[in-house]
Amino acid sequence: MLYVVIIYLWVAILLYLLLGGADFGAGIIELFTSEANKNRTQKTMYRAIGPIWEANHMWLIITIVILFVGFPAIYTTMSVYLHIPLTIMLLGIIARGTAFAFRHYDAIVDDMQGLYDRIFVYSSAVTPLFLGIIAGSAVSGHIDPQATTFLSAYIFSWLNWFSVSVGFFTVAICGYLAAIYLIGETDTEADRQRFIRKARFMTGAAVVCGGLVFVAAYADGIPLFDWVFGNWPGLTAILAATVSLGLMWYLLAKGNRYTVRVLAGFQITMILLTTTARHFPNIVLLKNGGYLSLLENQGHAKTIDSLAIALLVGSIFILPALVYLVYSFQKKPVDVDVHV
Amino acid sequence: MDDFIAARSQMALSLGFHIVFSCIGMVMPFFMAVAHYYWLTTKEIRYKNVTKAWSQGVAIFFATGAVSGTVLSFELGLLWPQFMKQAGPIFGMPFSLEGTAFFIEAIALGFFLYGWDRFNPWFHWVTGVIVGVSGLVSGILVVAANAWMNSPAGFDYVDGQYLNIDPIKAMFNDAWFSQALHMSLAAFVATGFAVAGVHAFMILKNKNKQFHTTAFKIAASFGCVAALLQPLSGDISAKDVARRQPAKLAAMEAHFHTEKGASLLIGGIPDSKTKQVNYALKIPGLLSFMVHGDTKAEVKGLDQIPVENQPPVAITHYAFQIMVGLGMLMMALSGLYFIALWKKKQWLSSSWLLTLFAAATPLGFLAVEAGWTVTEVGRQPWIIQGVMRTADAVTPMPGIAYSFYLYTGVYLSLALVVSFMLYRQIRMVGTLYDLPAHASQLKK
Ligand code: HDD
Ligand code: HEM
Ligand code: HEM
Repeated sequence: MLYVVIIYLWVAILLYLLLGGADFGAGIIELFTSEANKNRTQKTMYRAIGPIWEANHMWLIITIVILFVGFPAIYTTMSVYLHIPLTIMLLGIIARGTAFAFRHYDAIVDDMQGLYDRIFVYSSAVTPLFLGIIAGSAVSGHIDPQATTFLSAYIFSWLNWFSVSVGFFTVAICGYLAAIYLIGETDTEADRQRFIRKARFMTGAAVVCGGLVFVAAYADGIPLFDWVFGNWPGLTAILAATVSLGLMWYLLAKGNRYTVRVLAGFQITMILLTTTARHFPNIVLLKNGGYLSLLENQGHAKTIDSLAIALLVGSIFILPALVYLVYSFQKKPVDVDVHV
Repeated sequence: MDDFIAARSQMALSLGFHIVFSCIGMVMPFFMAVAHYYWLTTKEIRYKNVTKAWSQGVAIFFATGAVSGTVLSFELGLLWPQFMKQAGPIFGMPFSLEGTAFFIEAIALGFFLYGWDRFNPWFHWVTGVIVGVSGLVSGILVVAANAWMNSPAGFDYVDGQYLNIDPIKAMFNDAWFSQALHMSLAAFVATGFAVAGVHAFMILKNKNKQFHTTAFKIAASFGCVAALLQPLSGDISAKDVARRQPAKLAAMEAHFHTEKGASLLIGGIPDSKTKQVNYALKIPGLLSFMVHGDTKAEVKGLDQIPVENQPPVAITHYAFQIMVGLGMLMMALSGLYFIALWKKKQWLSSSWLLTLFAAATPLGFLAVEAGWTVTEVGRQPWIIQGVMRTADAVTPMPGIAYSFYLYTGVYLSLALVVSFMLYRQIRMVGTLYDLPAHASQLKK
């Protein structure tokens, strides 16, 4: 049963990265959109994510609940030492979620729209930045349970080259996912071309940021190179990701919208697989060389069993409904009655 | 500000904020389902207009409820890591089921908000009902988690160790039923009175009368039925508290001295130094009767509780008085409403009744906040009653005061923006939702 819970945890993180990521990315894309095209970008985005955007963010809740019910030591260690980035991420979530709703549902259209827009795009970038920083910090080995000063316990645990570079990589990945996704949601050829260009740009950005992560890891003395290339599952996954990236670059302009989406999703899955394959089951690495393992820090057997059953039963209800929701609105997108 | 006080204040602020949105998220879908049902069966356009107008407002509340809830699920760890480390695996069951309920709610909401004119109308209606039912279920589940803090169950606490954990037993602890019942009713009371009050105010202002009357009736009917039941459920809760948390009951009643035939106090200013309550109205024997069903029975007072385990008396007592007082007021108003509905139709459009309802707009939510203050402050100094002290649960990180100021600023501005948006929604009713019949056919 423990493995059922761990698989759910992994899948919830993956889906949050993919779906929540595309959702964040839509805001990041808007940040890089010229004034002239802003309205059309927003329209495309509403049509694409309006009906599912609440559901996309449930994956984060599921992740948190699995952590605090199943692996309390991991949840509490991260909440204590990463308090500050978590708080910033939460502020980003608050700002973004409310700004999205406000600009969509405000009954009157006036200057306020500009304010909501600004809050929305900036928080769309800040939130995944800190999400990435938090993820990077978990494995950066900077969390120091023996720390004696405020700085070493609560600041340097996350403020280091590696964590920050993972943050930027996450932002780039979100933008990349959104651009790929939005290509298939456009209704004019001009917009399609525009998003193809954006997707190319974001791919470049993601590759550059990915490279930066390696540089930063080197600067911080983290053997990332060895983690990624030093084991065959990692090596295979990274190779597969690279090949599919080439394929996708080629298909971007010609290919079917589903093919490119699947390829993009595949790459992210492979990246997550690479990073977790090497560490499993240790998802938090500590400064003193210790670690928090998923296999050693789980709650009591009965808790894990009931958690697993709750997740399995929950999925029976959730997955078909979610698939039907996505299917319905793919088949016939919503009319955009937003005030743009 | 002391870090510990700051952490408690931040928790209280976040929960007090979230509860408003969650009540609305739980209850409004039922109001909409009724209006929507009348629309589908009568085809009278006003019902569709009310449903649509409400759903626009609710979407804003949902978004705010969802983000504030997300914040809470992190805050439990950010502020109370020692508590979550032990409690997570024990009281986590309701949270993991709640995850499913939320998910279903979010999916159903997508169908409902975006599904007008694209699905079978009854399928669309059902998705709205599902939003309400799953919201209610998730509310009941979280309250079961809170009830566990009041009435810990499903584990053995031996030498500081938490053994023999049984998450199912923990979920069905002694307090879950009375709390969940009381909370669910409270959500209907609070939302019903708030919504009815706003529409009553608009009728009084003579704006879009037909629209607002339709909306008023639906909201008031729900709110008033719940308000009549609420004191009954409150009585169940009080008996329950007396059994499992005598210290909390004593603080609620400012009952300093154990006595037989204890009187019920109404109002009064408790003085913890002299252990007296000044200026209170005393009804002899009633407290004993309410708690034990016998006017002569003995009621435990604070003198039987070690000083270090006593909750703050004044806050708990005032909060309890406020809740009960408001409960009585709303019950009376509900009585008037039903008399009007069945016997005196003309009252329904009379300005005095509408004025009373307009004035009662915030009362339900005030009672909810007061009730939670009773429950949470009355449990102090325990975070898990009798097992873990709140002071031992708090995060070691210094500087929580700044975090508290930050959240206060954020929640204040959010509250302002949401009120502002709501004001704009209501102002636009005339143009968006209450056009003459032929014009509203044109607008989809
Ligand atoms: C509309 C809101 C509302 C109204 C009118 C009332 N209550 Fe209440 N009360 C709540 C809303 C509430 C609440 C906010 O929902 C609480 C907090 C925790 C809970 O489960 O419900 C609560 C808690 C609460 C508790 C503490 C339960 C516990 O700690 O487990 C008691 C004893 C009562 N109530 C009793 C009453 C009585 C005797 C009322 C008579 C009129 C009453 N309440 C009206
Ligand atoms: C939404 C309604 C709720 C409100 C308004 C509320 C209110 C409060 C208040 C006023 C405090 C501070 C008490 C004090 O410091 O004296 C508090 C503390 C706390 N509450 Fe609640 N509460 C609510 C529901 C819940 C639920 C459902 C849970 C958990 C499942 C919960 C968990 C806590 C925790 C962990 C603390 C901090 C420890 C403590 O002070 O005991 N609360 N809450
Ligand atoms: C008595 C207290 C509470 C009640 C009755 C309650 C009820 C609800 C309801 C009905 C919703 C969905 C409606 C909406 O989104 O507006 C909601 C949202 C949420 N609540 Fe609460 N809640 C309470 C306290 C808490 C606590 C203590 C936590 C976390 C520990 C929490 C976590 C959440 C989360 C994560 C969401 C967002 C779910 C989504 O995205 O739909 N809630 N709450």
